[in-house]
Amino acid sequence: MDILRFLTAGSVDDGKSTLIGRLLYDSKSIMVDQLEAIERSTKNKEEGRVDLALLTDGLRAEREQGITIDVAYKYFSTPKRKFIIADTPGHIQYTRNMVTGASNSDLAIILIDARHGVVEQTRRHSIIVSLLNLPHVVVAINKMDLVDFSQDKYNDIVIDYSQVAASLGLKNVTYIPISALNGDNIVEKSTAMPWYEGGSLLNVLETVEVHEDINLTEGRFPVQYVIRPQTEELPDYRGYAGKIISGIYRKGDKVVVQPAGIESTISAVEVGGQEVEEAFAPQSAVLHLADDIDVSRGDVIVKQDAPVQVAQEFEVVLCWMSNTPLVPRNKYMLQINSRNVRCVVKELEYKLNVNTLEKELSPVSAGLNDVVKATIKTASPIAFDTYKNLRANGGAILIDETSLVTVGACMITTEPQEKPFWPEI
Amino acid sequence: MGSYKLDYLDQLESEAIHIFREVAGQFERPALLFSGGKDSIVLVHLALKAFRPGKFPFPLVHIDTGHNFQEALDFRDALAEKIGEKLIVRNVEDTIKTRGLTEQKGKLPSRNGLQTYTLLDTIEEFEFDACIGGARRDEEKARAKERIFSVRDEFGSWDPKRQRPELWNIYNGKINKGENVRVFPISNWTELDIWNYIRREKIELPSIYFAHEREVLEFDGRLVATNEFITLHDDDVVSRKVVRYRTVGDMTCTAAVESNASTLDDIINEIIATNTSERGQTRIDDRVSEAAMEDRKKNGYF
Repeated sequence: MDILRFLTAGSVDDGKSTLIGRLLYDSKSIMVDQLEAIERSTKNKEEGRVDLALLTDGLRAEREQGITIDVAYKYFSTPKRKFIIADTPGHIQYTRNMVTGASNSDLAIILIDARHGVVEQTRRHSIIVSLLNLPHVVVAINKMDLVDFSQDKYNDIVIDYSQVAASLGLKNVTYIPISALNGDNIVEKSTAMPWYEGGSLLNVLETVEVHEDINLTEGRFPVQYVIRPQTEELPDYRGYAGKIISGIYRKGDKVVVQPAGIESTISAVEVGGQEVEEAFAPQSAVLHLADDIDVSRGDVIVKQDAPVQVAQEFEVVLCWMSNTPLVPRNKYMLQINSRNVRCVVKELEYKLNVNTLEKELSPVSAGLNDVVKATIKTASPIAFDTYKNLRANGGAILIDETSLVTVGACMITTEPQEKPFWPEI
Repeated sequence: MGSYKLDYLDQLESEAIHIFREVAGQFERPALLFSGGKDSIVLVHLALKAFRPGKFPFPLVHIDTGHNFQEALDFRDALAEKIGEKLIVRNVEDTIKTRGLTEQKGKLPSRNGLQTYTLLDTIEEFEFDACIGGARRDEEKARAKERIFSVRDEFGSWDPKRQRPELWNIYNGKINKGENVRVFPISNWTELDIWNYIRREKIELPSIYFAHEREVLEFDGRLVATNEFITLHDDDVVSRKVVRYRTVGDMTCTAAVESNASTLDDIINEIIATNTSERGQTRIDDRVSEAAMEDRKKNGYF
């Protein structure tokens, strides 16, 4: 049994809350007392049916203003998997929430109303999914009951969306015709759509292969904390505590501590306080090095056979998340895994329209929910990877130096430069 | 090994250890809030995995309402002794006296609201900049929206509208003077995950989690252990029943469930079969209003 983290993109009108409610309800994750609370709220509405959308109903602060503030996390499990849903509001002003939810997800469910097909919002959600490089996409074509379960309607939408997916380079796209309200193709295959040959939504979520998304070839170990007991029994113990974000580490492996570039060898690997032969992503571990060198929080212990990029200047796609606009030349703190350095955002190359993919060149500033391409210069070098190649070491956040709030999400786009080939003389 | 696949409990464990070490790396004076309940016992177990053979980079802190089960208090002291870590206890009773606070009246007087005062005083006394707690997002809908690193102002208030976006596995623990952070390493665990982990890791728990005979009062459909803090009337229905606790909080606001489950296997089977949520079945304080937890969090509660 493993974990699948997924994001649902769509608005209330697309039936997103109903879909989540349906998944929770049909997987028996809703308890009687929670259902009773919903039934109380439903009483004054339409007769009969429990409003499953209310299961995802939020805080009083939200109800009072009739909005969804934020990402809510929901949990359910089946004998095959534990599921973590990042439920994010879908309206345009909430790009920042969708980016947040997508950053931790393996899969996105993009909801399309069968009556309306691919609309502007569908494109916006898909662009964000593509920017965050989610490895799997499920396109759930909802409200099939309102189009008489029409195969033609479904096929038209699949053709339309395939063009969107191709233009964005989306990977592993699966299409499912559903009715969240009635439960068609949610847990069980629907008898109303015998022409559909794929599995139900839950079946797809249970079987999508996410283990292969973990990079086990390029070793990256950001050091979080140094364990030094300095006791009589362990006077010289010095363990580097962190989480392996990619790759496999074994005793005897050659490593480079970046960004300083100091070479050493792994002398021991520990997991949960026990020495082990090897440890792999995404395990938390303690590494020991053969050489007495200076290693501290913020350094990355990199496997020598898979070099990382080390630089002070690089390009990013940046989603701005603050009401205070981003102005070029402003200084911020940049945090990538455990490393925190001061930085300056240099020129903004372009602003991306997330509905049309059009680029506005050389914008003077970026506001809340804007997506821009920018160059960042840091006060000291950082060790990073291209986000598209290694998500775990290519994403960074920007922190305002005075409010200390997280104001931006950066996806590094700089590719490693080809090493010039010097013929041996 | 060989397949390089992690079980879901290993994934949750690794995530929690990562969060613990971020606290150690980012803060000067953190604390682990320890209640003696199963979730905070799991936190201690995870902290051992995160920091041994080193010492914890934080003390255990217990805000004692004075209404705790003796079994939980004994367990707390024994655990701190066994692992050799520092335990700080601060009493709500003292805060009530020094600050002249008014206690709740009624049949089941809860000190749940008052313990926030002691917690905030304790944070100030030791200048804690981060408090690690065992809250889970599956417990309640206000918790479902809270960050893993949750920044609170000097009143401890949670403002759902001003939360920092939390991206990838990057936690922003930067705070201004007067602010502090509540950190929830087991945010993504469910009740069942906790019990399965306790079984797998053979973690010891206070005896009240297992079936035992106890004198209980039937109140509003719940079973409340009779104790010195509850006022009994002649028409109250009191009887001896075989019960266990699904959560452990104050004696006045935690209800027992009738159960013969005497082993972890029994408990897990019961939880799989149950149709009532953990807080719904056992927490009397959540029923007060639909937004009870949201309101308490805004006032500095965990």
